[in-house]
Amino acid sequence: MKYSYYPGCTLKNKAKDLDAYARRSAEALGFELEEIENWQCCGGVYPQGQDEIATKLSSVRALNDAKEKEQDLVTVCSACHHVLKRVNDDMQQGGDICTRANNYLKLEEAYTGETKVLHFLEVLRDRVGFDEIRKQVKKPLTGKKIAAYYGCLLLRPGKVMQFDDPENPRIMEDLIRALGAEPVIYPYRNECCGGYISLKEKEMAAGMCENIAGSAAGFGADLMITACPLCMYNLKKNGKQDLPVVYFTEILAEALGVKEEGAEE
Amino acid sequence: MQKIGVFVCHCGTNIAGTVDVKKVVEMAAKEPGVVHAEDYQYMCSEAGQSKIIAAIQEKGLTGVVVCSCSPRMHEATFRKAAEKAGLNPYMVEIANIREHCSWIHKDMQEATEKAVILARAAIAKVNLNAPLKAGESRVTKRALVIGGGIAGIQSALDIADAGYEVDIVEKTPSIGGRMSQLDKTFPTLDCSACILTPKMVEAAAHEKIHIYTFSEVEKVSGFVGDFTVDIRKKARSVDMDKCTGCGVCSEKCPSKKNPSEFNRGLGNRSAIYIPFAQAIPNVPVIDREQCIKFKTGKCGACSKVCQAGAIDYEQQDEIVTQKYGAIVVATGFDMIKLDKYDEYAYSQSKDVITSLELERLMNAAGPTGGHLERLSDGRAPKNIVFVQCVGSRCADERGKSYCSKICCMYTAKHAMLIRDKYPDTNVTVFYIDVRTPGKNFDEFYRRAVEDYGVNYVKGQVGKVLPQPDGSLLVQASDLLDNRQIKMEADLVVLAAAIEPNPDVRRIATMLTASIDTNNFLTEAHAKLRPVESPTAGIFLSGVCQGPKDIPETVAQAGAAAVKAIGLLAKDKLLTNPCTAQSDELLCNGCSQCANVCPYGAISYEEKLVNDHGIRETRRVAVVNNALCQGCGACTVTCPSGAMDLQGFSNRQIISEVDAICR
Amino acid sequence: MTNSRRQAEKIREISGTNPLKCMKCGKCSAVCPAFDEMDIKPHQFVSYVQREEIEALAESKSLWKCLSCFACVERCPRDVKPGVIIDAARQLVIRQRGAAYLKADEVPELLDEETPQQLLVSAFRRYRR
Repeated sequence: MKYSYYPGCTLKNKAKDLDAYARRSAEALGFELEEIENWQCCGGVYPQGQDEIATKLSSVRALNDAKEKEQDLVTVCSACHHVLKRVNDDMQQGGDICTRANNYLKLEEAYTGETKVLHFLEVLRDRVGFDEIRKQVKKPLTGKKIAAYYGCLLLRPGKVMQFDDPENPRIMEDLIRALGAEPVIYPYRNECCGGYISLKEKEMAAGMCENIAGSAAGFGADLMITACPLCMYNLKKNGKQDLPVVYFTEILAEALGVKEEGAEE
Repeated sequence: MQKIGVFVCHCGTNIAGTVDVKKVVEMAAKEPGVVHAEDYQYMCSEAGQSKIIAAIQEKGLTGVVVCSCSPRMHEATFRKAAEKAGLNPYMVEIANIREHCSWIHKDMQEATEKAVILARAAIAKVNLNAPLKAGESRVTKRALVIGGGIAGIQSALDIADAGYEVDIVEKTPSIGGRMSQLDKTFPTLDCSACILTPKMVEAAAHEKIHIYTFSEVEKVSGFVGDFTVDIRKKARSVDMDKCTGCGVCSEKCPSKKNPSEFNRGLGNRSAIYIPFAQAIPNVPVIDREQCIKFKTGKCGACSKVCQAGAIDYEQQDEIVTQKYGAIVVATGFDMIKLDKYDEYAYSQSKDVITSLELERLMNAAGPTGGHLERLSDGRAPKNIVFVQCVGSRCADERGKSYCSKICCMYTAKHAMLIRDKYPDTNVTVFYIDVRTPGKNFDEFYRRAVEDYGVNYVKGQVGKVLPQPDGSLLVQASDLLDNRQIKMEADLVVLAAAIEPNPDVRRIATMLTASIDTNNFLTEAHAKLRPVESPTAGIFLSGVCQGPKDIPETVAQAGAAAVKAIGLLAKDKLLTNPCTAQSDELLCNGCSQCANVCPYGAISYEEKLVNDHGIRETRRVAVVNNALCQGCGACTVTCPSGAMDLQGFSNRQIISEVDAICR
Repeated sequence: MTNSRRQAEKIREISGTNPLKCMKCGKCSAVCPAFDEMDIKPHQFVSYVQREEIEALAESKSLWKCLSCFACVERCPRDVKPGVIIDAARQLVIRQRGAAYLKADEVPELLDEETPQQLLVSAFRRYRR
């Protein structure tokens, strides 16, 4: 199976691990990520204004590229995923945004949300299947107590993201189980870490990270995973707990036995 | 040529405020056939009706058009008046210039123009009207009550006390419904079982009442006064006549760990069980999905210990067919599922419960023997938080748009009872509004605050966060102090919205009774006919019509019973004469009409016809006028134009359309 | 139309929400992780737009403290989406008044070795034109 792949700017730079482990794991699990040519930055934040058009065009281009290849579009970064899925929803709704974006782009065929946007986790759940992953695990993470941190961007707004139950998600917990470890459920896993304000409001972000890491540690976690480079940065930088945070792709690659190849880059 | 009188009503300013009624009179008077036209302030009043009667008699009118409100409101009034004056009532037509015109338009000129057109159409129709005579149908003197909760029981008792036979069909193994699950009842705090059980016993003992428990309505046909209903008596696996209700079978049953429906899953029951101590009938039922005998073929413990030999593993479902004159729907409610509201951690913590679960926890016959404790660790809760409006008053698809109405009061009750029994427990209620319209209701709520020290905070709870030590962190708003509260609780009680029993959709379809977008049954008139369905012979009792508490439910159940009694008291019903008729010369015998008829009123006969001198035997449609309800499905289906509806003939309708387009 | 009415209209237009649907339950403020930092609280923000008191909102600290975490948007029982309204108000002051919470020359001192690109990109997009 071949998917169009939108890595996003951070995965090409500060979050190379997230990208490398994802690619190695995909290969091990038998699917291919084909990077879209000339992809442009999604902007990192979904412009919520109904009249925002220009800021959404780069996403539409990526979506249309996947459409032309008749492939589903896969992302690993939570923020890119969020932006692409929501812009795709705008295009599906067919309102003003859709009309104006198409008028501007002058594509051969109008783009109206045909592409299916999938987060890497969704590929694991819905296409590969956690049972299959369990079979592929070479080095089970037995004994590890892992807390999944979802944050905001993967889950909300639930109506558009259709990713998981926004109040009681389980996709990462199911992954953790499939890899042989024990998931730790804690109430702050879907609360905001303050990633977007961590540039200017470091103290505020620190307090929020403290809540999250403190809660996870309180429930006995010895490792935290995330899908978002922004959360990763914030939790590492502003969280004071000694709770290590890694990308979910890292534990996946580790359990699949392909971590070392990826780590060299 | 008809001699038609036109009567234009002002309806105070309801019509006259938007429609120039004088203009309508003036224009109507010019229409063909019209010999008289006048207006009056209230046509439906005694004086207004007298004007119609006088005009019929003095001018020898053969037809009448009243331009007024909806025919659903006053068609019957004006037809009666015409009949008094010696005119066939079906020579009266209504032009609805209120609901269809004045109420929905603002511009006087436009509204007047439309009113004139509506009058013109009605006049055109009356020109083609012919006198019709209503037939008669019989009334079966027996009522069916669907649902055996307090609403159904009360309706059944009232109908039976008036001397009519009543059957109650209850889906679960016992009558009693939601009320049997409650601990105490507001605002007087009497024990629910203490006031319900006598009613249940009375219903069971009543010689006119027959109760079918563990049974469901399977099929309904017929119409008002003459319904035929199939009732499926599900196999109980226990012979009701032999069983003595000793309960040994339940004690000895080895399959014990099945969640008890009666205790909302908080406790367990055996596979063969009586749902609760006061159940009626006091006869157990085998849950075949949990029974080891049914699952593996081995066991049979209950059969071995039953002295009466009542256990019958071979028992089959049975269909009972019965005729009824009236049907009362009392299907009740349940709480919504909370899976879409997991910010309150209902599925994540055992110590987050619904109010109905709390009823079971506080009930002496409940899973904890009435001792209030946390389900996670059995500890007595010291800080209890109540969350109001969970899933009620919502604008999104997660919840319900309506106020569930009973939550404010039962929460005040819960809070008060807890503070009374466990005075060192802190109780906080987070509310959006406290709604207590009802006799002695607000006083009751104030007692909770003033005498029992319940802490009421205006603001919604946003999230419940289970903590590693087993406590719950409640994050909420305090809007009056403009602060965000984070407080520790060890029990959180959610006032989940109530919704009509999901089965009501299936039942409403069978009864052709309409339901609204929330699955509540619709009334014939929201204000003036609140306990009747628009479908004749169907009556509404209890929460199936809308959220209500016990006193309101009992009142409505009584009202529904009175309406049913009023119907059953009649020996004959006048039938609607606007029924279909087939022209045998045009009919080609294709059967399409019979296929679409929802009432089974059309059959086919081999008939000798004389078609312009050609005598031959043809297969033609014949309508049974006693069964036909005048829906018109056959007339629009008939490819040869042979089917026509009396009073709404194709010619009449075309002439109305012509008049509108003129 | 007064200026404040026009601005309130604009906020309704940009956000695509109807603040009149609010039933004043306060669930938005109950779940807001930035509540303590806000001078005008999320539920008040909705009321201010209802009352067309836009000047106070434009001056409000809350514009820049909102995390865009959608906690209030997800949980609002009336579909008012307070977070989207705050975002629309921020857009309004950025577009019409050229407000900028982030100046280009302060960026270097805010950066460190690990700062991900997306933090800068999103900060520019959120804080200024």
